[in-house]
Amino acid sequence: MADNRINGLEVRLQQHSPIPLAAEFHCARGEMLAIVGPSGSGKTTILRMLAGLARPTDGSIHSAGEPWLDTRTGVFCKPRQRRVGYVFQDYALFPHMSALGNLTLAMGHVPQGQRRQRALELLDMVNLSGLESLHPGQLSGGQRQRVAVARALARDPSVLLLDEPFAAVDQVTRRKLHLELAALRDRLLMPTLLVTHDLEEAAALADRICVIHHGETLQTSTPEVLFRHPHSALVARLMGMRNIFQAQVVEPADAGRGCRIHWQGRDLEVAERAGFAPGDPVSWTIPASKVLMHRRGRPSRGEHENPVSGIAGELTHLGDEILVNLWVDGDPKTWLSFFISHHVAERNDVRAGVELAVSLLADGIHLMAPEA
Amino acid sequence: MDWTPLELSLRLALWTCALLIPLAAICARWLAWSRWRGKVLLEALVALPLVLPPTVLGYYLLLSLGGDSLLGGWYQSLVGRQLVFNFDGLLVAAIIFNLPFAVQPLQRAFEGVPQDVREAAWCAGLSAWRTFWKVELPLAWPGLVTALTLSFVHTLGEFGVVLMVGGSIPAKTQTLSIAIYDRVQAFDDAGAGRMSAILLGIAFSAVVLVYLLSRRGTALGR
Repeated sequence: MADNRINGLEVRLQQHSPIPLAAEFHCARGEMLAIVGPSGSGKTTILRMLAGLARPTDGSIHSAGEPWLDTRTGVFCKPRQRRVGYVFQDYALFPHMSALGNLTLAMGHVPQGQRRQRALELLDMVNLSGLESLHPGQLSGGQRQRVAVARALARDPSVLLLDEPFAAVDQVTRRKLHLELAALRDRLLMPTLLVTHDLEEAAALADRICVIHHGETLQTSTPEVLFRHPHSALVARLMGMRNIFQAQVVEPADAGRGCRIHWQGRDLEVAERAGFAPGDPVSWTIPASKVLMHRRGRPSRGEHENPVSGIAGELTHLGDEILVNLWVDGDPKTWLSFFISHHVAERNDVRAGVELAVSLLADGIHLMAPEA
Repeated sequence: MDWTPLELSLRLALWTCALLIPLAAICARWLAWSRWRGKVLLEALVALPLVLPPTVLGYYLLLSLGGDSLLGGWYQSLVGRQLVFNFDGLLVAAIIFNLPFAVQPLQRAFEGVPQDVREAAWCAGLSAWRTFWKVELPLAWPGLVTALTLSFVHTLGEFGVVLMVGGSIPAKTQTLSIAIYDRVQAFDDAGAGRMSAILLGIAFSAVVLVYLLSRRGTALGR
């Protein structure tokens, strides 16, 4: 990791205004780090600071050990001194130049005679061969995005910054571009930062995700860890998790493993313990995939594990699956969400208003510090 | 026909454009992207020649460029001839009365250059100067053509300010538009007609040129 840090990007940004920031993260060479957070959380501001387009009150940015910014020593490199490849949200292509011209203009560091050849190679890499003479106005949204990516790479950047690169294209094109970027990943040897508000996109493309809220980096982990073990209820909410509740730890584990929590008048077994003592208030969450519905009318052995019953509230059809909100003990203010397939819904006659029972798998329950 | 007034007018218009357009481009770019209190006052000052009667503007110019004025006196001691009733004075006056015709179209054009496109140029490694030449100026092209043509044609056609600052000294300050007036006063309708037709032709060609070039400019952009 130490080597990675020296070769990668090391960032620490602090400020109170105009946009509050308390961000700290690193991104190794060849790694893609997604910066995820709601609109207005400061994601783009961070990218702009990395590119040198904005300055924090306090902080430091090191790329491959080289200081780009250090407010303590007064170091500030201008954008053109930083070698960043920046893909802007609306691509910001040079509208008066061809696709080829857009790339060659970014190649000031390449000998004049080699620019055209190198630009053509890059356009080929992003599947734009044959379109090099077209202007941005003559290209589709997806093609413009590819030119923007190729232009960013034309700079031979030591850091690649992607600001919501898929936001301006339609859903079908977006999926195609996701696949293309995933395929391109192996050839990107520099640290890559992907700013997005789309969690699925981040989880599908990035090695790690950095969750940001009001300018503060809350947790940086792999997508798996983030979805299974968010540090706080806030991170869980920002990750789009549905089942987040408050409870109290009632007893420590018998042999140091697991514990029980008291929630809605019942005790739940929890596989993890996470350092909480009896009596501690906790937040807990469970992924929808760890909530298993009991077969109606045909009890089975699995029903002993944290059984919870209630009334099916609303049912939302989402493609192949149905999202069920179960009103726990019939209380419409407390609901557990889980997915079932269409045929399970049909076979069990799951409709709004029917009584249902589920098991909360003990190894799916994750405990976190209580919400303030 | 005496071609001297036409030659003088063209010389004045060319010199005005050559000196004014770079100055206006710098001023317009600064006005387009800077934010400061009191900017509106400067913008109003630049626009003033549009609304002032030419005689009023000419009067103030005569006052501030004349031999008794600070500027006029300094110029005379430096060059050995007075600024007013001279080609030099006409040039200074032309630059001032053309300011809004050059600055305003250029300012609108620079304001139309998207900020993220400029930032993309910086991130692509371009210096401020190369960003100006390669990105800002080509995108502000229609504004530049408009500024150039309006200044050129307006200089050819200006009457009041030129008369006030330059008088009507043949071969020295008598431009085409003043010569036309002079011909009419002398009941030389044929001479006035020829000169007016030339001015009309130049003005019309210039406007057609602006339209053609601006269209080409917009076809290139976006």
